[in-house]
Amino acid sequence: MAKLNLNRVRMPRQDPKVRARNFNEVALGYSLEQAQEEASRCIQCKKRSCVAGCPVGVDIPEFIRAVRDGDMAEAVRILKSKNSLPGICGRVCPQETQCEANCALARKDAPIAIGRLERFVADWERANLNTENPVAIPTMPAGKRVAVVGSGPAGLTAAAELARLGHQVTLFEALHTAGGVLTYGIPEFRLPKAIVQGEVDYVTSLGVELKLNAVVGKVITVDELLADGYQAVFLGTGAGLPTFMNIPGENLNGIYSANEFLSRVNLMKAYLFPEYDTPVKVGKRVAVLGGGNVAMDSARCALRLGAEKVYIIYRRSEVEMPARREEVENAKEEGIEFRILTNPKRFIGDGQNSVVAMECYEMELGEPDDSGRRRPVVKEGSEFTVDVDVVVVAIGTTPNPLISSTTEGLSTARWGTLVMADESRGQTVKPAVWAGGDVVTGSATVISAMGAGKAAAADIDAHLKD
Amino acid sequence: MYRIVFRQDLVPNIHLLKIDAPDVARKARPGQFVVIRIDEKGERIPLTIADWDEAEGTVTIVYMEVGTTTCRLALLQAGDYIKDFIGPLGVPTHIEKFGTVVCVAGGFAIATTMPIARAMRQTGNRVISIMGARSKELIFWENELRGVSDELVITTDDGSYGRKGLVTESLKELLESGGVDRVIAIGPSIMMKYCALTTEPFGVKTIVSLNPIMVDGTGMCGCCRVQVGGLTKFVCVDGPDFDGHEVDWDLLFARQRSYLDEEKESLEKWRAGGSCHCQA
Repeated sequence: MAKLNLNRVRMPRQDPKVRARNFNEVALGYSLEQAQEEASRCIQCKKRSCVAGCPVGVDIPEFIRAVRDGDMAEAVRILKSKNSLPGICGRVCPQETQCEANCALARKDAPIAIGRLERFVADWERANLNTENPVAIPTMPAGKRVAVVGSGPAGLTAAAELARLGHQVTLFEALHTAGGVLTYGIPEFRLPKAIVQGEVDYVTSLGVELKLNAVVGKVITVDELLADGYQAVFLGTGAGLPTFMNIPGENLNGIYSANEFLSRVNLMKAYLFPEYDTPVKVGKRVAVLGGGNVAMDSARCALRLGAEKVYIIYRRSEVEMPARREEVENAKEEGIEFRILTNPKRFIGDGQNSVVAMECYEMELGEPDDSGRRRPVVKEGSEFTVDVDVVVVAIGTTPNPLISSTTEGLSTARWGTLVMADESRGQTVKPAVWAGGDVVTGSATVISAMGAGKAAAADIDAHLKD
Repeated sequence: MYRIVFRQDLVPNIHLLKIDAPDVARKARPGQFVVIRIDEKGERIPLTIADWDEAEGTVTIVYMEVGTTTCRLALLQAGDYIKDFIGPLGVPTHIEKFGTVVCVAGGFAIATTMPIARAMRQTGNRVISIMGARSKELIFWENELRGVSDELVITTDDGSYGRKGLVTESLKELLESGGVDRVIAIGPSIMMKYCALTTEPFGVKTIVSLNPIMVDGTGMCGCCRVQVGGLTKFVCVDGPDFDGHEVDWDLLFARQRSYLDEEKESLEKWRAGGSCHCQA
C-alpha cells in the first residue's frame, strides 16, 4: 500500500490585512493542480464513511476519484446527481463536523479537504460548462403541481428535486431576490452572490417557476395555494425572525438585529452606498453580540465597512461557540477582538437616542444546561462599560409566524418551529403540507436544510404518485 | 416589473401612481401598505395604499417627495416600470360599527385616509373627516374624501382655504361637542402625536398609522421597531395601526431620524447627477 499523504493542500486565501477592507471572497479556491493533488490523497477506502456523514449522501469517493483522474465533467455529474447546490455547500457546509470528520484520514488530522474539492468542481462547472443547456429533464405527464415556499437552501433543493422527478414546481420568495439566507444573510466575501444566483438559475433551468415578492401568508395563504390547485406545499421558510436581548436601551439608534444589519449589507448592498440607495451605520466601535456564524459574519462585515474596532461579545467561552472553527480563525486573523464570558446588561444612549456605550457583566461557567454546554452565570458586581456606536444583536433567530399564524391546521412549538407528524419525511401535521430546514429545526446549517428539502421532496413525490 | 398605468400630480410635490399589480389589488384592505423598490440599486420603502381596483388589477399609491427614492419616483411616467412592488403588508385597519368616527388626515396621508373613511362609512358609521394642510395649494382629494364622509372639515395653517388653524383645533371642538366614538389620525408623526394628546383627556380611542423606516416589511429585520404600551412592536407585522395613546412618540421620532446624514448624502449625490426636478 502506498504511503499515506498527510499534507492537506492549503486553500489559497486573501491576506488578512487586505481582505479585512474588501468584500471580495476570502478563500480563493484551488487550481486544477491543487485539486488533483488533494484528490490523489484520497485512499478510496471501502468503508465510504464520508458519505454517511453527508446529509444529502453525495458519492464522495467517486467524485474525488474523477477529480484525481482529471475527468471534471464526470465529477460534476456525480456531485450534482445528489447535490443541487455544490457551489454553495462547498463554501458554507461545516465539512469538519460532517463528511471530513468521518474521513479515514481524520484520525491522522489530515482528512481529505472534501469541501474544497466540492467547491472546485462546482466552480469548474460554472467556468467550463454551458449552463444555458442543462441536463434535459424528461417531462412526465403524471407531474403534479407543487408549491415550494422560500427559496433558501431547503426550498431550492426541494424545488430542484421535485422538478427532476417531473413535477411542475412554483417557488415562492418573499424578498425581491431568491436565495433566502444565502442572499440576505451570508456575506459576499464568504459566499459570492453570483454563485448563489448561478445555483438559482440552475434550479429555474429545470423548469421551476420562480415568483419573487410573493409573501406567502400575507399576499397569498397556504390554504389558498392548496385551493388554487397545488397538490402539495413545501414550507422552507427558514428562521427569519430576529431575537433581541430584551434589555434596557435596545431600541436606541445604532442597535441592529443581525438580520437587519446583514440584509442592509448583503441584500441591499449598503457597502456600496451611496451608489446603492440603502445606507447602514458604519460604526467606529462595533459590538456584535453572539458566538455563531451569523455573529462572525456581522463582525467581519462591520470591519470591512470601515470600523476601527470590532468586538465579538459572547457569554460563554470560546469552546462553546457555535460558529465554525474556520470562521472564528478568519475573524481573529482579520483583527476582530473576542470578549468572551461577557454579556450586556443594558445599552446607554447619548441623550439623542443613539447608543454610545454598553454596560456588561463578566460571566463564569456553571453546571451544564439543556444544550449540554456549561451554563454562563453572571459574576455579581462585575459590571464594566464598553464604548460602542453600533451594536449588532446576533443571538439567534426563530421562524417567522406569518405562515403558521395564517394557516389552518399548522401548529408551532415553543420557539415557533413547526410541529411535525414525521420529521424524517418532512410531514407537518397538516395534510398536503411538508416542511424542512430552519422552520422545523430552528437555526441550523445550510446542508441540513438541504437534506430536509431533499427528503421532503422524495416523500411528496411518493404521495403524489399514489 | 410592475407597470405604472397612470400618473397624476396632485400638488407640486405630491404625486399619484396607479400600478398594475393584480395580486396586490386582490388582497388590499384599508390601512395596509406596500414596499417598493424602483430598480436594482434602489432601497425598499413602505408606502401606504391609497386605493385599489380589483377588477382592473391596479393599486394606487400617493407619495410626497422627501428623499432619494420618492424624488426618483416623481420622475416616472405612465408606461414606466417599478422593479418591485410587494404587498399588501401589515394588518388592515380595524373596521367596525363604532358610531361616530372622526378621520383626521394630514398632508399626503389624505389619500391613505380615504379608503379607511370609506370602509368605516360602509360599515354604518357616521364619518366626520378633517383634512389639513399648510396652505390651499397643498390640498388634494377634497371631493374624494367628501364623497366618503358625512361631514368634511378643511383646515389650512395659513387660512388660505377652509378654516385657519391646525387639525387638532377642529378635532378638539368635535370632542367637546361630544358623541365621538373613535378617532383615526393619519399624517406626519408630529400631527398624529398631537391628535393623540388632544383625544386623551376625552378618553376616545385613537388609532394612528405609524411610518417608521423599514427594510423587508415582513417582520424579518426589526428596523421598524417601536414601543407601544411599554412593549417593543414591529410596525410592519404588528401594525402599522396602533393605539396613539400608548405609542412612545419620542422614540419613533428619534428612530425616524436614524439616517438623516446618509439620506442627505444620498439625495445630494443624486441631485448632482442632474436628473432631479424638485426644489432643493
